[in-house]
Amino acid sequence: MLTIAMPKGRIFEEAVELLRQAGYKLPPEFDDSRKLILDIEEENIRFILAKPMDVPTYVEHGVADVGIAGKDVMLEEERNVYEVLDLKISGCYLAVAGLSDGPIKGVAPKIATKYPNVASNYFREQGEQVEIIKLNGSIELAPLIGLADRIVDIVSTGRTLTENGLMETAFIEPITSRFIVNPVSYRTKDAIIDDMVERLSAVVEGGSLDENR
Amino acid sequence: MTRPFVFEKPLGMRDTLPLLYDLKTSIREKIQHVTETWGYRFMNTPTLEYYETVGEASAILDQQLFKLLDQRGNTLVLRPDMTAPIARVAASSLKKEPFPLRLAYDSNVFRAQEDEGGKPAEFEQIGVELIGDRTTSADAEVIALMAAVLKEAGLEDFQIAIGHVGFIQELFLSIVGNEDRAAVLRRYLYEKNYVGYRQHVREMPLSTIDQKRLMGLLTLRGDGSKLNDAIELLPTEAGERVLDELRTLLQTLEAYGVADQVKFDFTLVSHMSYYTGVVFEGYANDLGVPLSNGGRYDELLSRFDRPAQATGFGIRLDHLAEALGLTGEEKLPDAIIFSPERRSEAIQQASERRAKGEKVVIQELSGITNLDEYSDRFDDVVYLIGKNGKGTL
Repeated sequence: MLTIAMPKGRIFEEAVELLRQAGYKLPPEFDDSRKLILDIEEENIRFILAKPMDVPTYVEHGVADVGIAGKDVMLEEERNVYEVLDLKISGCYLAVAGLSDGPIKGVAPKIATKYPNVASNYFREQGEQVEIIKLNGSIELAPLIGLADRIVDIVSTGRTLTENGLMETAFIEPITSRFIVNPVSYRTKDAIIDDMVERLSAVVEGGSLDENR
Repeated sequence: MTRPFVFEKPLGMRDTLPLLYDLKTSIREKIQHVTETWGYRFMNTPTLEYYETVGEASAILDQQLFKLLDQRGNTLVLRPDMTAPIARVAASSLKKEPFPLRLAYDSNVFRAQEDEGGKPAEFEQIGVELIGDRTTSADAEVIALMAAVLKEAGLEDFQIAIGHVGFIQELFLSIVGNEDRAAVLRRYLYEKNYVGYRQHVREMPLSTIDQKRLMGLLTLRGDGSKLNDAIELLPTEAGERVLDELRTLLQTLEAYGVADQVKFDFTLVSHMSYYTGVVFEGYANDLGVPLSNGGRYDELLSRFDRPAQATGFGIRLDHLAEALGLTGEEKLPDAIIFSPERRSEAIQQASERRAKGEKVVIQELSGITNLDEYSDRFDDVVYLIGKNGKGTL
């Protein structure tokens, strides 16, 4: 049996659609179930539904063999898992935003974010010394009420930013969802995982991994 | 930090309670026995080593070392593995002994503390080092020994993945030309980031054939037949040499009778620069982390001024114990509960039975607060109470 850790929420539906396209028979009621563990017996697959940020944790510890996780989460968590395939779903990007594009004024520049590691690495690479404030959501609030000068967050359409009077000040990197694999499962369940990667990549790339494109 | 509660231990430290201790002892004894029958000699090294010597030479990344200062201001490390200390000994105290040296160890090693559970900062490792032998027979011997000890420890279902760092290096150099560019590719594999690897390969100004060769590396996983696919990626003299080596390795492992547990995986890169040839990892089903790993490290000994080619493996006892599971019932001892007037009789009986290897506790009755609860902790209880004969309560 293969255990797949799926991210609840936004990415879930796209991921399910991708698996269906790859020929996995998932029942129609699958999408709106509230269960956290779903067994699909005919495919010999168990799905576990986790918070997106936690997917790599389940996979690293081996309680899930494989998982679907955003690149943003991979960058933040730095887990010991194989990042095998770019699923090219749930596309967005990591960016810095603030009230204005000008230089940061104040005693010490503060950055609010859900991604403290990503933010810290980015500003270090820029040679800028900043202080990070970790928030768990509604990051856009931070510059509006003076908690931070900038935010680092994922942006998909940019609507939330503009509606709150914020502007993007720097692009960090593009984000898509990745198919990730536990290092032991990658060897002990190689046949079934390779098959899944092959089928998913056929959908994503319209061709096999061996083909060079 | 706040003052710890009295029961707390430093982050990453674990107690070994009796049941686990028994399991570990039984595993340890079996592994030591098999290892000794293969002619390996066990040894110990100190817990603390200099950061500049063993710390820097070890395969463990700098940020994972557990560092501290001694009174003179030297930076020390709690030994992060046993390979580097044994290399130090092989190059110094055992300098007169001829190669090949077959040494073994069973020691606690240390890693920097991590916040998350399941990543202890101290754990026991059992392993061997075969130093001063460059042959493929040596590579096969340590892999076969690892399989033999895992089997002896009671692990029925395990797999060993074998890779070859030399193959990857030759492939990269033959395509990208220099070490710097090869290191970039190697880092993607080391970081297990295949998406980044593919993207990097796609962006490099290479011929379609060369890009295909680099992409093909990622699918070089499977049984011995993959060796034939490998030669297509690296049809050079160096490639032929590595593959000859791996064919010989597979044949030798067949002779040892462990070929069924073995698979090849050319993507296996467990360190950026430490290993030089064959590398391998052992896995148990249903355990999310590798049980054991090892490989050929031909550069390490030269750091201690006695250049030699070497190979070895280490098994994590905590992971192995987890894979085997704490299924066994604790083997309870017997008890003799006595009253003071029959103390000598109790001692006499106990020593006779202990001489036969039985586990016997003797306990004076008045030392027990709750007799029912206490006697439940024993397999069988004999009462020597009162002046005459075998009294009962």
